[in-house]
Amino acid sequence: MPAGISTSDFYYILPELVLTAGALVVLIADVLLPKDRRAALSWVTLIALGATLASLAPFASTRVEIAHGLIAVDRFALFFKILFLVAAAITVLMSVRYLEVEGASPGEYYFLILCATLGMMIMAGGIDLVTIFIGLETMAVSFYILAGFIKPSQRSNEAAVKYFLLGAFSLGILLYGMSLMYGLSGTTNLRVMATRFAGQEQNPLLVLAVILVVAGVGFKIAAVPFHMWAPDVYEGAPTPITAFLSVGSKAASFAMLLRIFVEGLPAMSGDWRLLFYVLSIVTMTVGNFAAVTQSNLKRMLAYSSIAHAGYVLIGVVAGTARGVTATLIYLLVYSFMQLGAFAVIVLLRREDVVGDELKDFSGLHVRNPFAAFAMLLFMLSLGGIPPTAGFMGKFWLFSSAIDAGYYWLAVIGVLNSAVSLYYYVRVVVFMYLKKETIGSEPKATPALAVTLAIAVAATLILGVYPRLLFEVAEASARTLGMVPITTALR
Amino acid sequence: MLLLIPLLPFIGFLVNASFGRRLTKRVAGAVACGAMILSFVVSVAAVFRLLSFDPESRVMAQTVYEWITSGDLAVPFTLRLDPLSAVMILIVTGIGSLIHVYSTAYMHEERDAEYARYFSYLNLFATFMLVLVLGANFLVLFVGWEGVGLCSYLLIGFWYQKKSASDAGKKAFIVNRIGDFGFVLGVLLTFVRFGTLDFQQVARSLANLGTETTFGTVSVITLLLFVGATGKSAQIPLYVWLPDAMEGPTPVSALIHAATMVTAGVYMIGRNAVLFGHAPLTLKFVAVIGVATAFFAGTIGLVQNDIKRVLAYSTVSQLGYMFLAMGVGAYAAGIFHLYTHAFFKALLFLGSGAVIHALAGEQDLRRMGGLKRDLPVTYWTFLIGAIAISGVPGFAGFFSKDEILAKTFESGHTLLWGVGLLTSLLTAIYMFRVVYLAFHGKPAAAPQPAHPEEEEPAAQAHAHSHLHDAPPAMALVLIVLAAGSVLAGYVGLGGRFEHFLEPSFAPQTAKAAADGGTGMTLMIVSIVVAFAGIGIATYYFLKNCRAAAVMAARFAGLRLVLQNKYYVDEIYDATVVQPIRIVSEDGLWKTIDVRLIDGAVNGVGETVGGASEVLRRVQTGSVRAYAASLLLGVVLVLGYYLWR
Repeated sequence: MPAGISTSDFYYILPELVLTAGALVVLIADVLLPKDRRAALSWVTLIALGATLASLAPFASTRVEIAHGLIAVDRFALFFKILFLVAAAITVLMSVRYLEVEGASPGEYYFLILCATLGMMIMAGGIDLVTIFIGLETMAVSFYILAGFIKPSQRSNEAAVKYFLLGAFSLGILLYGMSLMYGLSGTTNLRVMATRFAGQEQNPLLVLAVILVVAGVGFKIAAVPFHMWAPDVYEGAPTPITAFLSVGSKAASFAMLLRIFVEGLPAMSGDWRLLFYVLSIVTMTVGNFAAVTQSNLKRMLAYSSIAHAGYVLIGVVAGTARGVTATLIYLLVYSFMQLGAFAVIVLLRREDVVGDELKDFSGLHVRNPFAAFAMLLFMLSLGGIPPTAGFMGKFWLFSSAIDAGYYWLAVIGVLNSAVSLYYYVRVVVFMYLKKETIGSEPKATPALAVTLAIAVAATLILGVYPRLLFEVAEASARTLGMVPITTALR
Repeated sequence: MLLLIPLLPFIGFLVNASFGRRLTKRVAGAVACGAMILSFVVSVAAVFRLLSFDPESRVMAQTVYEWITSGDLAVPFTLRLDPLSAVMILIVTGIGSLIHVYSTAYMHEERDAEYARYFSYLNLFATFMLVLVLGANFLVLFVGWEGVGLCSYLLIGFWYQKKSASDAGKKAFIVNRIGDFGFVLGVLLTFVRFGTLDFQQVARSLANLGTETTFGTVSVITLLLFVGATGKSAQIPLYVWLPDAMEGPTPVSALIHAATMVTAGVYMIGRNAVLFGHAPLTLKFVAVIGVATAFFAGTIGLVQNDIKRVLAYSTVSQLGYMFLAMGVGAYAAGIFHLYTHAFFKALLFLGSGAVIHALAGEQDLRRMGGLKRDLPVTYWTFLIGAIAISGVPGFAGFFSKDEILAKTFESGHTLLWGVGLLTSLLTAIYMFRVVYLAFHGKPAAAPQPAHPEEEEPAAQAHAHSHLHDAPPAMALVLIVLAAGSVLAGYVGLGGRFEHFLEPSFAPQTAKAAADGGTGMTLMIVSIVVAFAGIGIATYYFLKNCRAAAVMAARFAGLRLVLQNKYYVDEIYDATVVQPIRIVSEDGLWKTIDVRLIDGAVNGVGETVGGASEVLRRVQTGSVRAYAASLLLGVVLVLGYYLWR
């Protein structure tokens, strides 16, 4: 790869630069601000995220490769960047109250959230294994620390250690796969790689590389059997971080997945389609069935999020323009309902109640009707009931599978969403059909109310009026190099 | 204009849901009833407009907006009024308004907030039901389909203080999941096969196709859709949730679990008459399931002691009739029965509600008796309902049920006709058994509930007051419905109802009625059977109660089986519920959700040891196990490739 980066390249990474600057400001402000004023840091963080979002505006229809093919600035990346920034902002909004209750210092916390977001943005733009890897590590390391941020809590510590050890292990596998890809093609650029792999479909080393990369990515998206870390980490990590992890990290990993496989390995699509096909089925099924027995809501949502990774994989397997579109739509829709559900858990966290057990939701509709209604909506949406956004997302995923000829995948998907409703509605039963209440009155702080309002509005609007999202997602999906449909698996 | 019909109750819902806590009962009730009555008025106006059109072009449509558009897929949010949906919206808003009014009195003992919550659910239900019947394509219908389900669960569990109530809500929910699984697959397959989800377009693209004589795609689609219908409309094998749903407030049973929601499955088949008409195999199956359910539920209804449960099984049984009609291609007759049934079954439920209200929550027939004197309005209206459902000539049920049986016979399904006829004998017997046990005979000792903990909270205040008939709002509704139960059937005279509906089912409706001779004979047989049923009930439960006891003793085994509803719940529990529970709790819980270091998680924060402690525990296995599973995944995949 020829060296040298031109100044115009810096223009194209303006959003990333703004975000980096914002992160540094937060870090400095943390030192400068007196201890009792540090709550203002959340505002600084939000402004940084907002400024980054605004700085994306000039690139609304850009489609270039910069820095000699290290990064692509295209609509695909843009879609994900918006998703990350919105998810990060919502996470910050729900963190204010949570940090207060837990008595944790906000400085590094917000800094790390911004760092993680930066990592995600680099992952979505990366079309080179090196860029992607740097993004991945920036994100992962931030999350390792964030997972253990509530220092007095052993649960939190344990989550961090586990996440770190297993993350490092899976990263090794991923790197091994990546290095094989490099070794076989002599380049780290995914698009160049794609041309060099053409005709190498039978190369056993390449098959091995595919398998290893699938495993490494499978860990990040928490696909079965690489999911074991997720329930423990989700349960132990601070709730807003769990939310961000299950949304941001998952979406970023899917962006990486699409870049690597769709852009870099179209030649091997028969192999990775088959792998993801099996992974998708196993992931949906195990995730949903394991979620049925959970009584801890964070753990239940962890399994639910595993199951959702399985649904999203359906779009990847389809691999068509419609499949990728469905993947993007679902990831966005999922972000809002998942973040919303976690926001309700944060709302239930009071000085005297942990708020993440099913019984903590008992009688919520009497004590806080809005929160109960919001949760009802998120649960129905996660279960795929119309007219919520979740239904739209699932409809799109399943029809993309049918469209590409994967009938059984759609059938299993529908069956799974039928099963999943069982545990989602159990939450509704507790909120609406039980009256024993515990602890003090759960009140929504303004920030939490805003969080819930955003999530509720998005879940409803994207379900009732999904057209805009469809158009945007379609345009974004088109900028990703697409593979033709294979009929091998029909 | 069409949008206004579901929108009005939705506004009522919004008002009561947002401000309900601050509203007095009077205001909350007025808002809910007002919204429904207005919606009824608009519906009537819309139907009149529809009637002014040519019979062949009686369709009104309103596309609210383009819901989903992308590439080859376009699903607009369209409401469409045709003769079939016209009948449905009149039932939903008409009967719905009456039941709203009735509820203002029935639920009066509830606290203000609960009262508003009840009405907000009821309004929301009406909204979704109207969307369901007005939707012009499968997806809009599905919005209503899931929405009414949700409201139904919330209303069944409305008295969540009762454990049985929230259990029943859960059961309804789970059973309906199975149905919906089939339904969604049916819809997806429809899209694959026809490239559209619009009912009219599907019907149109079938126009050039012959019927499927073998089991092809259309048969699969219709069968899957029918699975959905068996869930929603409580047919074998998914009927088990409906009797339990009686835990909800009685007006809810009348509206949702008798007159409207449970008929959605029948409606859906009627809506897709052309599609089903192309799949004779599925239709045959529908007919058999329908008549089997009718008979099966009728026999259970004979021996139940809870007044609402008798009515619930009766509903299941009558829905069976409707499916029988659908199955033999007599769509108009099925919808006609749906329409008359809405009147008399709502009447019977509300009448039983008045009894329960008067008796402080008592639902057991054995503890009733002699109520005729104290509750005259309730008695006479209930009697009319019973006569109507039994199929006595001149009353609504006669016209519709007779038509179904006649159409069944004419289409050559003699066996199905025979079973249907037998069921109508059962209907007359179990219905008059209720009339005699509740209203005739000697008053039972004291109307004290046997299980005080199960007593309906709404009725507690009445526990010690003496018996009184239905309050004015309730009495009025009962009288209106009684009038309907008598008169509703005359609409169908001379095939007018059928003729009106014809465009909705074209071109696959059953052939015109056979010559008068057979029709007359069949009618006479039906009438004889109805009177025979009433006669049998009169003998055993009024004139000679000892004979009933002797019969019960002689057939003790059969009676036990019936009383336990053929042990279906137990069988399902043993064959389906327990295995799933064992697999997911014992199997999955222990193998998939391994939490090897449970202790560390549970003992949060108690040890100050911190990181080193964590690391120590981590090293005892869990992380290693997790990493091993990761590696195992890779090895498995590799193994697959090596072996291939």
